[in-house]
Amino acid sequence: MEISHRPLSGVKAGEKVRLVYIDAGHGLRGRLVAMGLVPGTILTVINNNRPGPFVISVKNTKVMLGRGMANKIIVSDTEVQNK
Amino acid sequence: MEKKITVAIAGNPNSGKTSIFNMLTGARQHVGNYPGVTVEKKEGFSKYKGCEITFVDLPGTYSLTAYSVEELVARNFIIDERPDVVVDIVDASNIERNLYLATQLIEINAPLVLAFNMSDIAEQRGLTFDIEQLSELLGAAIVLTVGNKAKGKEQLLEAIIKTAEKNRKRRGPKIHYGTEIEDELAKIEQIIKDAEKELTARYSARWLAVKLLEQDSEIVSKIKDNSVISATAESIEHLKNIFRDEPEIMIADRRYGFISGACQETIKSTVELRHSISDLVDSVVINRILGLPLFLLLMFLTFFLTFKLGKFPMEALELFFNRLSITVAGFWQQGSESWLKSLLVDGVISGVGGVVVFLPNILLLFLAIAFLEDTGYMARAAFVMDSLMHKIGLHGKSFIPMLIGFGCSVPAIMATRILENRRNRLTTILVLPLFSCGARLTIYALFIPAFFPEKWQGPMLWLIYLIGIALAVICVKLLRLTVFRGETIPFVMELPPYRVPTFKSISIHMWQRGWLFLKKAGTIILAISIILWAAMSFPKPNEKLLKDVSPEKAQQLKLQSSIIGSVGKAIEPALRPLGFDWKIGTALIGATAAKEVFVSQLSIIYAVGESEKSRHTLREKLQANYTPLTAFCVMLFCLISTPCIATTIITRQETGSWFWALFQFAALTIMAYVITLIVYQLGSLFF
Repeated sequence: MEISHRPLSGVKAGEKVRLVYIDAGHGLRGRLVAMGLVPGTILTVINNNRPGPFVISVKNTKVMLGRGMANKIIVSDTEVQNK
Repeated sequence: MEKKITVAIAGNPNSGKTSIFNMLTGARQHVGNYPGVTVEKKEGFSKYKGCEITFVDLPGTYSLTAYSVEELVARNFIIDERPDVVVDIVDASNIERNLYLATQLIEINAPLVLAFNMSDIAEQRGLTFDIEQLSELLGAAIVLTVGNKAKGKEQLLEAIIKTAEKNRKRRGPKIHYGTEIEDELAKIEQIIKDAEKELTARYSARWLAVKLLEQDSEIVSKIKDNSVISATAESIEHLKNIFRDEPEIMIADRRYGFISGACQETIKSTVELRHSISDLVDSVVINRILGLPLFLLLMFLTFFLTFKLGKFPMEALELFFNRLSITVAGFWQQGSESWLKSLLVDGVISGVGGVVVFLPNILLLFLAIAFLEDTGYMARAAFVMDSLMHKIGLHGKSFIPMLIGFGCSVPAIMATRILENRRNRLTTILVLPLFSCGARLTIYALFIPAFFPEKWQGPMLWLIYLIGIALAVICVKLLRLTVFRGETIPFVMELPPYRVPTFKSISIHMWQRGWLFLKKAGTIILAISIILWAAMSFPKPNEKLLKDVSPEKAQQLKLQSSIIGSVGKAIEPALRPLGFDWKIGTALIGATAAKEVFVSQLSIIYAVGESEKSRHTLREKLQANYTPLTAFCVMLFCLISTPCIATTIITRQETGSWFWALFQFAALTIMAYVITLIVYQLGSLFF
């Protein structure tokens, strides 16, 4: 795992990242998967203003997440993974 | 003979499901609850080519897992009720994500029709579909629709009838999960077929195997056979080793793979996708600085519309019921003591009238809510309020019913329908009565000026309201720690693109809520009004006593001798520790009909009549009889205890269970008693 993995919560607004892993229990993971958040998907962070939730764009929809959740979503840079 | 078919309507939230449902059924709808759960069930009816079609609107969901009640309800409806057709409403401008639900419907082999809704927006975005080929790949008829413009209705009905005619046993396409997973599925399938005969009679073995690999809690709990359990555990372990991730995720991944495989050749995009206008609006609406003031402004407008503008039709209705009771009373001679007259005038007309006058509030409130929901603002409101509400343990959207609760608990409880999550909704419903409603203000308005110096009057009123809010927050916390323990609410929500609402959908929404409310007023509330009337009118005092006394005195005597008067006296020992006498007790019992009745009951007990001038007299009498501490305790008790029977009835209706309604009633009453007791006893030490 030489690629730099980091939580989604640390990604700035406007950045595009690739989803690697969701570090959460069944319920939450199931919910996120159903909303299009499967490993490999590209997401764009739309809003990352503290305090308050987090807005990302995935599969052409805007999804709002709690901040705690954004901590549990592990992402990597899109370019690095593409090589 | 007419053929009857049942059609279930499934789809993601924000896919325009409601608009399609309205398009298909018009106003012929029935709203209720799925048995045993607080999930709304809408049914609608239509006729087409000699078929009588019942449409059932399933809860809007993203998938069919067992994680939420809504998804389970949708899934079990399709599996158990076996609708002849399942129509999946798909947002055509966002096919990929929306088809995820379709893959799960394919997995349970539902007779599927896909409505590619909002196809006009998809077209604007430059999307073109090869419907024929896509339909072939997905094994379902596909119809292009625009729900809010009623386009595609005929074609959709046609597809429904055709699909219903085909045998349900036809096999749809099979989603291939990859060799490794398929191998494990085959193993589990084989074992299930032998070991769980009962289950395989209801579900297909393959579907059960998929659900077991996904660790679907409902299916896992149904498995009794140990060989199935151990085989599943083995398979999961094996797959985890291969994929370094949960099989659940791999299965989901394959579903998306199936979708993109199907879409690759059949959907062409000529324009780069953007949410231009929505993004622009969002930059203001969910802006860190502007978001909150805008939200508060919209909330103020909602409240203003509901209660300030609603006041005019409300007054007209009050006038109407007044006239009506005068007219009805006119059928009897002046001064007649007929019990039938009293039943009609004091029981039926004043009881039902007292509730029906809220109809304008309810219609206007739902007008505002429908508008906020249909434009897409409601999701943003949750965003803006989320950091605050989340600390309490509720969803951002809970704020709206709570605000309405300051006007009246009845529409507020109905407004909790905007909360999709059942637990959130129940918690909100249960604590809503603590938001002091307008009817209780009449009690504060009577007591505060009577007992507190002018400069304390304002702060005192604030204090009462704040106590209510604080108690509500504490109760939410308590409920989360006890009854709804362990339920973390994963906060994930879609922010749908902004849309212009249609008049039709808003008016249908308003009409449904109003009608539901009227139905309750006409049935249960009518019955309870009559019971309360009887308890207040019987038994009558001795005729001789009533001779040569003033009308006020006569009313007082009648109330004293009635059941409510006796009960008030009987419970006096229990109320003594709160500082209440039987007079307050009697008024409190009468006030279960509606809180404002408390004031009129006290007027009767003190035989002062009910004009504005007599309000002063009543205040003087109260001053002579009670201390400020007692006055505060009366207000406290009225604040905490259930506002009125209508609240209990609406809670029953909205939660679908008497248990919650009675739980709310009992818990609030006990809490009111205990808190008032403590305050009075401690207070008497100092004052």
